Amino acid sequence: MLKIDNLSASIGNVRILHSIHMQVNEGEIVSVIGANGAGKSTLLNTLSGLYKPTEGTVQLFSETISGLPAHKVVGRGLSLVPEGRQVFSNLTVKENLLLGMYSNYFKKKELAKPNLEKVLEMFPGLKKHLNNLGGLLSGGEQQMLAIGRGLMSDPKIILLDEPSMGLAPMIVNEILANLKFIKEQLGVMVILVEQNVKAALNVADRVYVMDQGRVTLSGTRDEIGKNEDVMSAYLGVKRA
Amino acid sequence: MDFAQVVQYLISGLTVGSIYALLAIGFVTIYNTTGILNFAQGEFAMIGAMSCISFIGWGFPMYAAIPSAILVTSFVGLFLERTLIKRARRSTPVHMVVITIGLSILLKGIGMIIWGTYPKSLSPIIHAAPIEIFGAVMTSQSLFIFIVLIMLLILLYLFFDKTYLGSALRASETNPRAANLMGINTQSMSALSFSLAAALGAISGIIIAPMTDATYEMGLMIGLKGFVAMVIGGMNNISGAVMGGLLLGVLEAFSNGFLSSTYSDAISFSVLLLVLFLRPMGLFGKTSGARV
Repeated sequence: MLKIDNLSASIGNVRILHSIHMQVNEGEIVSVIGANGAGKSTLLNTLSGLYKPTEGTVQLFSETISGLPAHKVVGRGLSLVPEGRQVFSNLTVKENLLLGMYSNYFKKKELAKPNLEKVLEMFPGLKKHLNNLGGLLSGGEQQMLAIGRGLMSDPKIILLDEPSMGLAPMIVNEILANLKFIKEQLGVMVILVEQNVKAALNVADRVYVMDQGRVTLSGTRDEIGKNEDVMSAYLGVKRA
Repeated sequence: MDFAQVVQYLISGLTVGSIYALLAIGFVTIYNTTGILNFAQGEFAMIGAMSCISFIGWGFPMYAAIPSAILVTSFVGLFLERTLIKRARRSTPVHMVVITIGLSILLKGIGMIIWGTYPKSLSPIIHAAPIEIFGAVMTSQSLFIFIVLIMLLILLYLFFDKTYLGSALRASETNPRAANLMGINTQSMSALSFSLAAALGAISGIIIAPMTDATYEMGLMIGLKGFVAMVIGGMNNISGAVMGGLLLGVLEAFSNGFLSSTYSDAISFSVLLLVLFLRPMGLFGKTSGARV
């Protein structure tokens, strides 16, 4: 279980996150939705250690991970698939994937092969590209590579920052189906940040709505899906 | 001008060029992993050469003195990165250039205090009869330098392209933020690249010392030549740096031969200016682009 308690963060002198409370339970996909600039990406970056929180704590299965630098957080079981995929463009697909388990590679080298097989089973499309450079893949393939790379470290929770960005609807559906696989078959918790609210509501168990650095609303998928304010703000559904 | 003479210039050019190439590889290694132009790279050559001479003075045999000197120099590189460079990581590139120039002056000063101002000589590393190629003479020292360069290139290729740590280094070079998210401590990678570059600098100092003698101020000029080679080669690839180094060496040898050795430095730096004006990405560099 991931427990976020009273989390605040600033970039420079500007306070971006204001006392966020959030929880992800085992076996859950939690989606965070909100407009541009709501602080969704900052939240994920703070959870993963790229930004230091100014206040509050983050606990992953009762271990405090807030305040650790990013390269240590991933070893504790939290993996972030960053916005814009960020694959290593001049490294091969196989090298990209293997680097995903850098945090425990030197301790558990024997896991490299089974983990690689696990990811390739999930994304069979990457198989034929193993020795091609990551930068030459299509957008959808790069997203799959980025998610696969994030799973290589055997995380307890995986954070995805707008995986649907710039992808064709068919590929978005494929990636969303993969999230269900990650949740059900691998038993990994998921936080999904999306602007594509419809897609997010499709797969999420629970949803948090963020606005200007605060959580303004939370509830199950159905509750949020029926909320007229959310629907009109993010899906353009007119109020009756 | 006869053919033998041209071959002779070519051999001496490639010899000097190999040394520039080694320094340029050091520049590229640091630049790629940290984005820093390390103008103290030439000083690593000075420390390598001088400490090797000291080790021999203390009675070390050559085969022990060389690795010891390389080790000492790479520790100096590691120490500088951990104590000074690390603290300045958030500085702008221009500040970083000034910092490394300062570092180079500091190291030169320390070198002067430790080793004095008189040139010191290192006896040739191997003794063998010169070889004749197309009427030109290749000394065993030149041959040795080529072999060292080729071996180092193979080792570096294997390290960067075939080892896990090498791929981690390349990853922190292309995308430090993402590398961080994988659990790669990019600061350790920076330390690793400084030690590696220092070791490469030391090797170039040790192999050039028997030909030119070593002084506390030898670092400046060969460091700058290494930098020129790196820029000609395109800043961020090792093979380009090697080509740049060899090209610069050959150019210098021919201008020494046909014009005068007085102009050789001026010619090197004119080439630098020409490359910067006409092909700022370097002769062997690619303009970078990314799929978004």
